[in-house]
Amino acid sequence: MTEITEVPSPFCGIGTDDLSIQVDGATLKVIANGCAVNTPAFEQAIADTTPRVAGQSVSLEAATSRAAELLRGTNQPLIGGCATDVNGMRALLALADKSGAVVDNLNFNNARRNLLALQDSGWINTTLAELKNRCDLLLVVGTDLEAFAPRFFEKYLWNEESMFLDSTANREIIYLGKAPSGNASTAPTGQKATVLPCADADLPDVAAVLSALVKGHILHAQNIAGIAINDLQAVADKLKAAHYGVVLWGAAALAFDQAELTVQTLCSIVKDLNQLGTRCSGFPLGGKEGDQTANQVCGWTTGYPARVNFARGYPEYDPYLYDTQTLLNNGEADALVWVQAFNSGALPPKTDLPTIVIGRSGIKFEKEPDVFIPVGTPGIDHSGHAYRLDNVVAIRLKKLRDSGLPSTAEVLTAIEQAL
Amino acid sequence: MLIKLTGGTVYDPASGIDGQQQDIFVQDGRIIDAPKDGRPVDREYDLRGKVVMSGAIDMHTHIGGGKGNIARTLLPEDHRMDPVQRTPITRSGNGHAMPSTYVAGYRYAEMGYTACFEPAVLPINARQAHMEMGDTPIVDKGGYVMLGSDDFLLRMMTANKDQKAINDYVAWTLNAAKGIGIKVVNAGGINAFKFNQRKLDLDEQNSHYAVTPRQILQTLARAVQELGITHPLHVHGCNLGVPGNLETTLNTIQGIDGLPMHLTHIQFHSYGKEGDFKFSSGAAQIAEAINQNKNITADVGQILFGQTVTASGDNMRQHANHRFASPNKWVCMDIECDAGCGVVPFKYKDQNFVNALQWAIGLEIFLLVEDPWRIFLTTDHPNGAPFTSYPHLIRLLMDRSFRNDMLATIHPEAQKMTTLASIEREYTLNEIAIMTRAGAARIIGLKDRGALSAGNWADITVYTENADRQTMFTKPDYVFKDGELVVKDGQVVKVTWGTTHIVKPDYDLSIEKDLKPYFDKYLTMKLGNFKISDDEISEDGRGSLTAHPLRGAA
Repeated sequence: MTEITEVPSPFCGIGTDDLSIQVDGATLKVIANGCAVNTPAFEQAIADTTPRVAGQSVSLEAATSRAAELLRGTNQPLIGGCATDVNGMRALLALADKSGAVVDNLNFNNARRNLLALQDSGWINTTLAELKNRCDLLLVVGTDLEAFAPRFFEKYLWNEESMFLDSTANREIIYLGKAPSGNASTAPTGQKATVLPCADADLPDVAAVLSALVKGHILHAQNIAGIAINDLQAVADKLKAAHYGVVLWGAAALAFDQAELTVQTLCSIVKDLNQLGTRCSGFPLGGKEGDQTANQVCGWTTGYPARVNFARGYPEYDPYLYDTQTLLNNGEADALVWVQAFNSGALPPKTDLPTIVIGRSGIKFEKEPDVFIPVGTPGIDHSGHAYRLDNVVAIRLKKLRDSGLPSTAEVLTAIEQAL
Repeated sequence: MLIKLTGGTVYDPASGIDGQQQDIFVQDGRIIDAPKDGRPVDREYDLRGKVVMSGAIDMHTHIGGGKGNIARTLLPEDHRMDPVQRTPITRSGNGHAMPSTYVAGYRYAEMGYTACFEPAVLPINARQAHMEMGDTPIVDKGGYVMLGSDDFLLRMMTANKDQKAINDYVAWTLNAAKGIGIKVVNAGGINAFKFNQRKLDLDEQNSHYAVTPRQILQTLARAVQELGITHPLHVHGCNLGVPGNLETTLNTIQGIDGLPMHLTHIQFHSYGKEGDFKFSSGAAQIAEAINQNKNITADVGQILFGQTVTASGDNMRQHANHRFASPNKWVCMDIECDAGCGVVPFKYKDQNFVNALQWAIGLEIFLLVEDPWRIFLTTDHPNGAPFTSYPHLIRLLMDRSFRNDMLATIHPEAQKMTTLASIEREYTLNEIAIMTRAGAARIIGLKDRGALSAGNWADITVYTENADRQTMFTKPDYVFKDGELVVKDGQVVKVTWGTTHIVKPDYDLSIEKDLKPYFDKYLTMKLGNFKISDDEISEDGRGSLTAHPLRGAA
């Protein structure tokens, strides 16, 4: 039995790297600094280790050859999921390039809300360490932050010391929209977060009003979506008075139509504040199940984030057309490769197409795919790299045990070479 | 395999060879002396009438790292105009201003370049820089690690830590991030922007730390010198793009006390504020200062007209310049108590007075700096223009009548504000070879590169002599990388993987006693997880590290 310390996690998105994990053969136990997201993800037992073709156990080589056979001669293969590490994504893109496939990350419809805002007008954002040391006012919009990352407040807001704040406990937290599900946002002093609740669907209006108030426009309305304008005016004033305000949102939580416009409004509020003479930064959440990793690697390999089509022999980007579900619904794909090395609970979409699943050991299929190849989990079964939510920091994932499971990269490279 | 390159006209300034016809022999990746044992040549290339140089080296080009990927993601419309098809040997991708990594590697090689150096590797983003460079084929690469706005250094300086401790920190960081040099971007300015300072002059204090940019530059230049790092401190000065910043630049040169210093994209730092538009050329004064101060080197950061995107660590200046964004979208980031970045698309227009004069200022600097060993050909890719415009830039330098034809087309007021028309100098092939090969290898500190004498790695580019230098330099006949033919007639014929050049200065490990609690308390990553291990570069089976010697005891 060994204990490995300072273990980085690819699961929580915030790049936690202080876990201590006890390794006993193939069994892992988080013995320090676990959380509701990381602990089960690390501790999940290995289930299947043998590849299957049509439900029958086969060798890895037989499985990768069968996968190549299924892909050979297809006109529009689709590689979905894309939940893996940097090397897995590299191999995935090489396979897509060779087979003329669509590449589509499973969180893209969420990430699209950010990407469309970015590609239309840009943003001013910050990263975790700046937040940890500078943020004196955190405005959380439409998101239950502690449900997303249980240790976010403990690690980055209520840290004992920061370089530039007299006391981290005096940071001010304001929620706009969703109320927090627990008390993680309550300061060590007992000061509770201010909550200005509204329905998700009203966030576009509320954000627009806040934007107008930041710009100094005078509004005649007394309230918007149940929030008093005076309360929003107070938020605007606090943002202007803060030394380093941070506006945080989680695109996944903004589950309403045209949420990208609300993201854009938030980004423009941040830009306006900087233009008006105060510092303020945005902070989009993300980084789960390899979504930032997929967008980063696809970004440098193709120039575009992870929703591209190689069918013409070069990558084309379309944030709507190459959506996995859309392609399947319209009958536009003729084979599906599903890559999900992190989460055995995330099933591939339902389809009658030839299906190849490269997935974390233990997936319980509703319908057995044509080929299933269980792979190791990055950061558990093999080393690798994953991107944190703030998109700048790639963490070095450690290998914790010898499971004998191949990596996503090894499997996808074998398929590519067999093509 | 023994390769013979027969009868080419060789320009090898590192060996003092200026256009002499001679044979070159290559074996096992390196250039060797002519074999005397009579063993047969396996492959001979008849290079009579051809021009032979070593592979070109771009000493300052943004090819890897987070800001480049933000630039890519920001501009899908720019990629759509330049799709690159997959071939049986090359990967697909997209090009123009900020190409995908594979396309960047192929296009550099197809232009005769065999090494590229990323000048702004944020320590916390160094993994990404290396991963992107790891996916950049054929060319060698390396990076300059950015310091100077990181809170750890500013805390050390505020606490009056001695130079030795700072040297240890600099060397530790360089080892951890795997770079070959140290870069400063707007010394202390990126940090000051986080405290809401919107400008920072050379002698202006950070509002939180009792430190000025001048002190940061002196401290880091001294660290580089004392650690024996060959590449001088690589400096992106204060006040980038500000009319009148010429004074800051001259002051920066004077203030470095004779220590070696490289001033990068100096064109952006050579502006006066004369004339009707309060914007004028400071090229003559800057060139004179470079000519007088032998400790100073510079690359130009030439702008060329057209759409590009600027990607810089200097978020203070990028934020100020966002009003020029074209198209109107831009990104700024504060990053990890380490640095920052700003990405602003630009469209340089020949009929815009400022852009036109920027173009002329860059060329004036090229032509007025006398010593080609101390001035380097860059566009600060992609900030002044994409690197694919180098052949055009070479023609502007080598062909006065072409240059004057171009000059006659730019904004008329800009034409009146430049002395360019009166400058007669035309760069020679030997001078081009110095700027883009021998000089670059020397200033970076590359052992066994940038020269064609026996013992050097066989990075060799062969051109067909052509009076139209743009045509000549666009499409080499042959490019050899480590002795392998990788490009023929301007097309990649073989894909190889270059090495990553680094230096490993020594340091006292006790620096970690200060760093570890700092990481634990203030940063978001454990010290042990921050350091990049060798296998991260090599585990993909393609990458490798090449450590270069230090200058010896300083």
